[in-house]
Amino acid sequence: MTMLRPQDRAGVSPVPTMFSAPYWEGCAERELRYQVCIACGAANHTPAAVCAACDGADLQWRRSDGRGVIHSWTVVMRPVGPDFDAPYAPVIVAMSEGWFLLSAMIGCEHTELSVGVEVTVEFHPIADGRLVPYVRPVR
Amino acid sequence: MIRHPFHDVAIVGVHNTAQAKVLADHDSRSIALEAAHGAIGDAGLTPMDIDGVVGNLGNDFLYQHRIGPVWRSLSALGIPAVLEGAMAIACGLATTVLITTGEAGSYREHTATAPWTRPTNEFVAPYGMFTAAEFALMARRHMHLYGTTPESMAHVAAVIRNNGHANPQAVFSGRGPFTAADVLASRMIADPFHLLDCAMTSEGGAAIVLTNMERASDCAKAPVRILGGGTDHFGPAYQHPPVWEMGGRKRPDLIAGTVGRRAAENAFAMAGLGPSDVDVCEFYDPFSFEIIRQFEAFGFCGTGEGGDFVLSGVIEPGGRFPVTTDGGTMSFSHGGAAVQLFQRVIRGVQQLRGECLSMQVPDAHVALCTGGGSGALFTDVLLLGSELP
Ligand SMILES: [Zn+2]
Repeated sequence: MTMLRPQDRAGVSPVPTMFSAPYWEGCAERELRYQVCIACGAANHTPAAVCAACDGADLQWRRSDGRGVIHSWTVVMRPVGPDFDAPYAPVIVAMSEGWFLLSAMIGCEHTELSVGVEVTVEFHPIADGRLVPYVRPVR
Repeated sequence: MIRHPFHDVAIVGVHNTAQAKVLADHDSRSIALEAAHGAIGDAGLTPMDIDGVVGNLGNDFLYQHRIGPVWRSLSALGIPAVLEGAMAIACGLATTVLITTGEAGSYREHTATAPWTRPTNEFVAPYGMFTAAEFALMARRHMHLYGTTPESMAHVAAVIRNNGHANPQAVFSGRGPFTAADVLASRMIADPFHLLDCAMTSEGGAAIVLTNMERASDCAKAPVRILGGGTDHFGPAYQHPPVWEMGGRKRPDLIAGTVGRRAAENAFAMAGLGPSDVDVCEFYDPFSFEIIRQFEAFGFCGTGEGGDFVLSGVIEPGGRFPVTTDGGTMSFSHGGAAVQLFQRVIRGVQQLRGECLSMQVPDAHVALCTGGGSGALFTDVLLLGSELP
């Protein structure tokens, strides 16, 4: 049994693009952001220029409540590289606002993952100090 | 009789170079060149017969042999390259097309997973994602929805690895035999995938020569017909969450989890055939679960039934749908970023010619060859036949 924790040695720093800069600026303020289509109301992620549901070009950034449920999960035992510590647990989270976040589970044993677990987002630094969203089970 | 422009095109030459964990004295250019010479020789042709090339290393061949100017495509990912070559021939842009690829020397230091498995994208890299984790997120969802078991995946891996065990040309020749229990006992990589559920890494070259049916009759071996093909893509791999249920806006049944369904429908329609007409399934096997998924996606069994299907005795040698008969990426070879994506086609051709050194399917007339996978959001299919239906 190993408690899942943030990967604070991870040296792979995200390089924001024109589309994603507002997302990472939000993370720096411990705020998880997603886009909402003004025309149809659909939630959009990853950051885009057009709505995936209706082609609408008017997308507005919103603050997520950071709540969701585990949609799928894995536990990695062979780390991708020497700056990651196994085990770690990439997850897909179905967010309450109707979008999917790829993140990683922390704050529970690596044997405790399951589809449907309720989680909440929190932010932790990787090697360069940049804040990245992780999820933790709601107890 | 159904006619399609692809039916005027045939594969007349194929060649795999030696495949190995390390090919000493080779780099990617040299092994791709060796593959090209092998496939051209297999066809009974010479470099002077080539008037079209596909891929970066095909371009190198083109310059080294000074056969230009010729038609050239950049397509590099296996079946799309074959389809593009066939389209060029069917449309009269070229007569005889060489597709060659190879990789050696690019991954010999194993402190990290192979470079082609490690995306740099901002939304996945901070979480230590790599191909095994991407595909595991798809497999896990299928397990949740349909009760698919690690045992069914392990059975697939054992069958494919045993095909490689028996293949004298496989990198892992003679390494078996394996049971599903052996697979389940191997160390966990990314749950539910154990080490033996996953592709290996190796080095190698592969090449294919296509020509029109008129020229094909002068070649050394019986032509293998292109009956149909298709490619299904949802967008860039390893950048967006690999959500099983993610669909496009056109057909609700076409979701990322069943990627390849539309491509297979198209390929079968071009030939007037269906899954029950297939004699050998040369399915791409980056991870064991992907074989289960493809049988469902292509309509060999119902949605969610793939686990029981592969356990029903159909995928073994002698079964109704023998799968990945040379050992695939788990045991035959995974020669780099793209080499292995051509090798399902090469094996399909060898099966239809009846020239396999191991696991030859008796009287094989139709082969379904594939590439890609759900974790990468694409699947390509190529339907080959020893004759037109
Ligand atoms: Zn919209």
